[in-house]
Amino acid sequence: MALQKVFVMDELLRDFLTETHESIDVVDVELVRFEQEPNNAQILGRIFRLVHTIKGTCGFLSLPRLEALTHAAETLIGNFRDGAPVTSEAVSLILATIDRIKLLLDELERNHAEQAGDDRDLIEQLERAAAQVAVPGAPKGPQVAPSGSGQAPEADAPQAETSAESQVARQSIRVHVDTLEQLMTMVSELVLTRNQLLEIVRRHEDSEFKAPLQRLSNVTAELQEGVMKTRMQPIGNAWQKLPRIVRDLSNELGKPIEFEMHGAETELDRQVLDLIKDPLTHMVRNSADHGIEHPAVRAAAGKPEKGTIRLSAWHEGGHIIIEIADDGRGLDAQKIKAAAVARGLASEAEVEKMSDVQAFKYIFTPGFSTANQITSVSGRGVGLDVVRANIDEIGGTIDVKSVPGRGSSFTIKIPLTLAIVSALIVEAAGDRFAIPQLAVVELVRVRANSEHRIERIKDAAVLRLRNKLLPLVTLKSMLRIADGRDEAQSAFIVVMQVGNQTFGVVVDAVFHTEEIVVKPMCSRLRNITLFGGNTILGDGAVIMIIDPNGLANAIGSSAAAQHAAESARETEQRSEDASTESLLVFRAGSPQPKAVHLSLVTRLEEIDAKTIEGVDGRLMVQYRGQLMPLVLVNEDVRIKEKGVQPLLVFADEGRSMGLIVDEIVDIVEERLRIELASQRPGVLGSAIIKGQATEVVDIAHYLPLAFEDWLAWAGGRPDRSPVRVLLIDDAPFFRNMLAPVLKAAGYAVTPAASAQEALALFEGGERFDIVVTDLDMPGMDGFDFTAEMRKSPRTAAIPVIGLSSLASPETIERGRKVGLHDYVAKFDRSGLIAALKEQTAEVNVAA
Amino acid sequence: MSTTDHTIEYVTATIGGQLFGLPISGVQDVFMPERLTRVPLAAPEFAGMLNLRGRIVTAIDMRLRLGLPPAEEGKPRMAIGIESKGESYGLLIDAIGEVIRLPAASRESNPVNLDARLSRVSAGVHRLDGNLLVVLDMDRVLDVGAHAEAA
Repeated sequence: MALQKVFVMDELLRDFLTETHESIDVVDVELVRFEQEPNNAQILGRIFRLVHTIKGTCGFLSLPRLEALTHAAETLIGNFRDGAPVTSEAVSLILATIDRIKLLLDELERNHAEQAGDDRDLIEQLERAAAQVAVPGAPKGPQVAPSGSGQAPEADAPQAETSAESQVARQSIRVHVDTLEQLMTMVSELVLTRNQLLEIVRRHEDSEFKAPLQRLSNVTAELQEGVMKTRMQPIGNAWQKLPRIVRDLSNELGKPIEFEMHGAETELDRQVLDLIKDPLTHMVRNSADHGIEHPAVRAAAGKPEKGTIRLSAWHEGGHIIIEIADDGRGLDAQKIKAAAVARGLASEAEVEKMSDVQAFKYIFTPGFSTANQITSVSGRGVGLDVVRANIDEIGGTIDVKSVPGRGSSFTIKIPLTLAIVSALIVEAAGDRFAIPQLAVVELVRVRANSEHRIERIKDAAVLRLRNKLLPLVTLKSMLRIADGRDEAQSAFIVVMQVGNQTFGVVVDAVFHTEEIVVKPMCSRLRNITLFGGNTILGDGAVIMIIDPNGLANAIGSSAAAQHAAESARETEQRSEDASTESLLVFRAGSPQPKAVHLSLVTRLEEIDAKTIEGVDGRLMVQYRGQLMPLVLVNEDVRIKEKGVQPLLVFADEGRSMGLIVDEIVDIVEERLRIELASQRPGVLGSAIIKGQATEVVDIAHYLPLAFEDWLAWAGGRPDRSPVRVLLIDDAPFFRNMLAPVLKAAGYAVTPAASAQEALALFEGGERFDIVVTDLDMPGMDGFDFTAEMRKSPRTAAIPVIGLSSLASPETIERGRKVGLHDYVAKFDRSGLIAALKEQTAEVNVAA
Repeated sequence: MSTTDHTIEYVTATIGGQLFGLPISGVQDVFMPERLTRVPLAAPEFAGMLNLRGRIVTAIDMRLRLGLPPAEEGKPRMAIGIESKGESYGLLIDAIGEVIRLPAASRESNPVNLDARLSRVSAGVHRLDGNLLVVLDMDRVLDVGAHAEAA
């Protein structure tokens, strides 16, 4: 019998411990909220009930120390509930008590008995506080019998809530994690067995097992799904302790801090949850400790005295993003650079060239942040290297952004690993792969004769999709598992978006979407960046999960995408010759190839030659519900009498023009050097493309041929003298590409090859209405140039539009500081014209 | 043989005619590898991934790992399941042998003339009657890629 009793007690104790730990976590959070809203009776009622429950259970299990402590705390809380004013000291005292309770519980867990000892110190303080705040004449509600026999006075207000809460409690039960893991394994086994059965039944045509087996199959699938879901938990579970930590730090450091949490309901795998708990705590602590300034400093900087730390979580592109942002002092790039040099991590010359963002990375270097003097210098704290190591371990990344004086934000990106995601199952060369659904924009079916078809022009493949030319890659060639079959005739294209990169992935077949449990890739295969993990499918097979980011990076380095050219420019800034451009090569009128910059072309089109009409001596075609004018590249081009007629369509602001060509040849990536000096209209110059002399066509020449009013109309001010634009770019290609575009839009363009040249023009008395400048230039860059312009009263007011392929928030911010009016990506032709219009409109108003 | 206090039990296996032993303490299970999923872009030693009772197992082709010619098509193979740092691996072998107990003291270091491809993954040898048992060092076996190119 005695044995039986011990067993029962053990069981009870275990339940008590689990339950109490949870209750205490809740109290922690509630108390912090309570301090902020002392008049919230609901919160107070809940805290009271929790403490009371702990006390009651302690009495039952004969845990005198715990019981005495909770009793004293309960009395104090009871006084507050009865209307006594809440003081910060009292809350701190209660929190200290809760810490002590935790300590006792830990002991209890280890030894299965309460540690001998005394909590007189705390109890006395609690009693003193209770006496101080006691409301005269208040009913002695909370003075419960010390035995805690359960005759707790019922609070009148929260009664209804009690029943609601207990209902919630009845809806969930506690299950050990191991049990879930085992369930998962068993379900996988079940799935395998089912599949074997299905296989057997398939061989016997008219089996009576068929119907019940189908049912078994469905039930199994549902069971699997259900078990998988049990592993998911809201990230808020890992955040529970944080408000308390921030509150304590806030008190300790004497900095008022507002702590916001967003997206606590974002679900992630409990394994990941456990692993990120500590790093998150660390980061938040860091923000409070080092990020947020003291109130006096903040006030002096014109900021509200109360600092804010914002913690947010959301799902994005198959990842879970967690952001910890503060509005504190931000990182000091100069000091970090100096510290990096002092530590021998980089040379003076290296840090000189380094951007702020690059320098920030040093705060994650082991040893960098642990040393005290560095901490005080860098303004960021201890052990960020440990945080990064933890995040690396689960295959995540951490990034930092910071604006001096405005705050910092750390973005933790945890990839697919371990979490359950919805994935599209596709086939390539006979193998199946999973593509995370979040990165998938749409699916396009291509057939030889359908509307959508792959334009396979030598190596580069593109798809015409609405208004865009979508670069394509073939999954099996990316994975080097090509099976020799030609997929161009009939295939699926998975249109994916990763960051600002959109591309199509050609696969052999698309099956279905499945919720998959992402398992991390074997550590020895993690070097394969195209895979983000692997998973076991419903039918028991293991398949690889494509990592959208890895794929995007791989595409970025292959020569298929137009975006590749942009990113190539970022990395290959050494000289203008090193940058490659995407060009569309075609033939028109002569065997000599012609080329036009791909980004200028809106669409490639093939129309039925019979649909071309002559209207008033001009060529037109019915196109997308409108009449579109057609222009011949030169008079040698013969319009086909029947069959398909290839066109290059240029569209701008709702108007389209078709340029009739003989043949579309290729899309090439070239390091382009245009030899100018062409006297022929419609030709910018010539260049050597793929070893052949190629004419580079000047689109600006053709636009007015299609619309006589194009120039005036596009400029928007036909009756005035054209706006004078100063165009600065070190790359002749861009000058040559943009100048005609701007001219075609009705502007008077003066190109300059460097900032110095532009300044010289100003010096020489030239006047311009607006400046368009490349931001990344050797020597004086666009930022410095703008700053220079702002210094002179003559040029200070001229609007400046910056052009860059580096569109990071840092550059935008930097541009804003030096006085850039607008900011346009280099290839964004229509964006540039829109920006010009907007800025010059302002000039006109001002004039 | 059981004269010394300390003995080690080995799971034995043949790969390309050579006898190998793995300390039984490191072996999880022995199974027939089924439904291998190939891993594109991985080193050839990685035979693929498979699902073993809900666990994902990375299969390593020991023939290729040891620099031997690949096994004949369609010949049934066996796999020895081992675990390393919480991950499961399956070593594909030609045939599984018996479990033998050998005194730890009788293990000799690699003979100097041992084939480099073997000594790379070997933790020593035991002389058996007319046979040589090469003890596999799990960590080094799993270190695919690090030395693969060296030979």
